[in-house]
Amino acid sequence: MNPDLQGREFPPTDPYLVGREKVREFASAVFSTSALNFDPAVAAAAGYPDIVAPPTFPVVVQERTLAQLLSAPDAGIDFSRVVHGDQRFTYSRPVVAGDELTARLTVSSVKTLGGHSLVTAESVITDATGAHVVTAISTLVVRGDE
Amino acid sequence: MAIRLADLTVGGVVAEKSYQLSRDSLVHYAGASGDFNPIHYRDDIAASVGLDGVLAHGMLTMGVAVQPVVEWLGADGTVSDYQVRFTRPVPVGPSGGSAVTVTAKVGAIDDQGARIDLTVTFDGATVLGKAQVRVILAAA
Repeated sequence: MNPDLQGREFPPTDPYLVGREKVREFASAVFSTSALNFDPAVAAAAGYPDIVAPPTFPVVVQERTLAQLLSAPDAGIDFSRVVHGDQRFTYSRPVVAGDELTARLTVSSVKTLGGHSLVTAESVITDATGAHVVTAISTLVVRGDE
Repeated sequence: MAIRLADLTVGGVVAEKSYQLSRDSLVHYAGASGDFNPIHYRDDIAASVGLDGVLAHGMLTMGVAVQPVVEWLGADGTVSDYQVRFTRPVPVGPSGGSAVTVTAKVGAIDDQGARIDLTVTFDGATVLGKAQVRVILAAA
């Protein structure tokens, strides 16, 4: 893959509106039993404007930035060789239904390790006011030719 | 009663739970997350890329693994950071399911909250490495 990707910033994704039913659907898919993920009254009692998304929900928005990276014509990344190595989320606050989220990806590092390439991509996710919500960091392993 | 820092001890187990991941769970997660990579639901395509069969999405395993901590926390705190390393995939056969077990222990305590370390296993082997959840307690 292209080592010049390191440091590249991609344009912000189109705003993603977090829907209440999408949060419920995602929450049930990760086996959540937390009422905060399903019941607006419980979420309101805990001080949230609407139901709270599970901790890994931001991947739905992050995925849009990773698609930008993988489809960049000069990236040289063969999607069929990509394996997810590490994942991290660092939150300023939980995502809640009603959020309008925008993500900006920066390639923070590109390394080669024994024939494989490791690319670390950092997606900063902000709300409609521009305030930081969560940063999602993925390390992707691109397997070399065998 | 709210969780308080004073109640936590390093090494103490705060939650433990087992989950049965079936092919249905993978299809459900594919739809909910938008990750339609067919290696997570089609054996023929998994085989064509050299796998023994369908694997759970790493992000499904990550998403499920934090749930015992989320349930334990309730409204008493929030997750401020969550990270994992995908060290071993979870194979999911066409029928039945794969039992993934999560044990959440206090790894470290500070003045705002704690680091919760997750041990996530399938078939006796850990599937996530360095699985750490940082929580901030409201009543710290």
